[in-house]
Amino acid sequence: MTTNEKLYLFWRKTKNNAMLLFSLACLLIAVTPLVLIFSYTLIQGFSALNIDFFIQMPKPVGETGGGMANALVGTGILIGLGALFGLPVGIMAGIYLAEYGDNPLAATVRFLADVLSGIPSIVVGVVAYIIVVLPMKHFSALAGGVALAILMIPTVTRTTEEMIRLVPQSYREAGLAIGIPRWKTTLRIILPTALKGITTGILLAIARAAGETAPLLFTALGNRFWSTAIDQPIGSLTVFIYDYSKAPFEDWIRQAWGAAFMLITLIFLLSVIFRIVTRSRYEEH
Amino acid sequence: MRSIDVAPNSERKVMDVSSGAPTPSGQTALPAKMVAKNVDAFFGKTQALRSVSLEVAANRVLAIIGPSGCGKSTFLRCLNRMHEVAGGTMKGTVLLDGESIMDIDAVNLRRRVGMVFQKPNPFPTMSIFDNVAAGLRFNGHHNHKLLAEVVERCLRQAALWDEVKDSLGKSGMSISGGQQQRLCIARTLAVNPEVVLMDEPASALDPLSTAKIEELIYELKANYTIAIVTHNMQQAARVSDMTAFFYLGELIEIGETKRIFTTPDKRQTEDYITGRFG
Repeated sequence: MTTNEKLYLFWRKTKNNAMLLFSLACLLIAVTPLVLIFSYTLIQGFSALNIDFFIQMPKPVGETGGGMANALVGTGILIGLGALFGLPVGIMAGIYLAEYGDNPLAATVRFLADVLSGIPSIVVGVVAYIIVVLPMKHFSALAGGVALAILMIPTVTRTTEEMIRLVPQSYREAGLAIGIPRWKTTLRIILPTALKGITTGILLAIARAAGETAPLLFTALGNRFWSTAIDQPIGSLTVFIYDYSKAPFEDWIRQAWGAAFMLITLIFLLSVIFRIVTRSRYEEH
Repeated sequence: MRSIDVAPNSERKVMDVSSGAPTPSGQTALPAKMVAKNVDAFFGKTQALRSVSLEVAANRVLAIIGPSGCGKSTFLRCLNRMHEVAGGTMKGTVLLDGESIMDIDAVNLRRRVGMVFQKPNPFPTMSIFDNVAAGLRFNGHHNHKLLAEVVERCLRQAALWDEVKDSLGKSGMSISGGQQQRLCIARTLAVNPEVVLMDEPASALDPLSTAKIEELIYELKANYTIAIVTHNMQQAARVSDMTAFFYLGELIEIGETKRIFTTPDKRQTEDYITGRFG
């Protein structure tokens, strides 16, 4: 090897290592905020957690202690309503786009779904305010559910479409070739095959909806009292965090941290549960 | 209808090239189960088949051979209207027992004319049992006793029962490729078709599994009419009674397998089966 070749080899290896270091550094920069947020919330929120926090109602202003049982249940109801309205629509729309979506209508819907998923959530809140709150003449859990559903639909639609498209054509043909009608082939063979991916999409949609505050402010409004009625205003973790974190009381701010910690944990648990429930009976080994 | 009187010479599995005079006529005396008349098939503007006319005799095995892209798979898929599933269009007439397949509802047609694909494709979310039962179950049969009977009968017919009878609850994907293909055959048989179309059913399998599939095809023709597309000429010679040679979207020649492989009428056929084909 001549000196020139050695020099070249050295230079090439240096470039290679430099590239590796650079991407590693970027990775660290990207992960740092995530770790900071997670650990800070954990540290701050953990001290607020005790049994009372889960089962007690908020105390009147001036008293310390109390909990956020109403907000916890409220978030559950709001997500439930959102999923109830949003998931069937999103999944069926996704099926349409994937299985029958070779036309201008589908192309338009696909484009609009992409646009919709980028719309600021406060705008969606205004829409829900107009179509639900104004006719009902008061804020309600229902309105909050509708707002969250609208937020969920585009994500669920597009993920469902993508996941169904990934199912090989051969399964579709296998179903049709033994005389199973198309709709049954789609629902009983294709959909179960794509379920794992669709679940991930659903989860993302729910996680996003669970973390929304803006669209709930003028739909579900928030409620300091116990309520499970869907035609009444209802509390939620996010609005609880919003209200408590700007309060001048030390104890409330501590509780806001607690609620934030709860919210993260909730989403984490949801994703674990979803994964277990939808795990294929025949996991590939 | 389903005559089971098998001519002695078709009893033989491996074609005996040295014996027997070629039969003069290419057509068979048996009643035709399916008839294709002037079938043209298109993918968009590309024409894949040009005026193909042939008959598939009842309770016989028809082998379709030809180089890649000659339209043999497309023709097979025209017979149960799977061609239109892939977005193709078809002209001409295909008759099943004298009735045009375009007058038969596609779903009903495919229950009568089943299909086995090149790559084994058991439903991945279902057990072995559920795979075989799928065709019946999704058409409203839920009596477990009946389903269990059908599953056992079809797995036996597909020569798979002894290998999987203790693991019917396991995933259809957990067995070997050859077993998967026999599972797919059992799944096809479960809806009790009259015709079974096979699109290169053994091309993804090892020689041992291939031999099993071929044996199976030979046994199935007692009860079913079979059309099989194959790249493997020895396979065509071993399993079929009739052979059709396709080239560039046209049917060049059809006749008794023995004659096609010994004294074909057309030069192109001879070139292809002797491997001189460019």
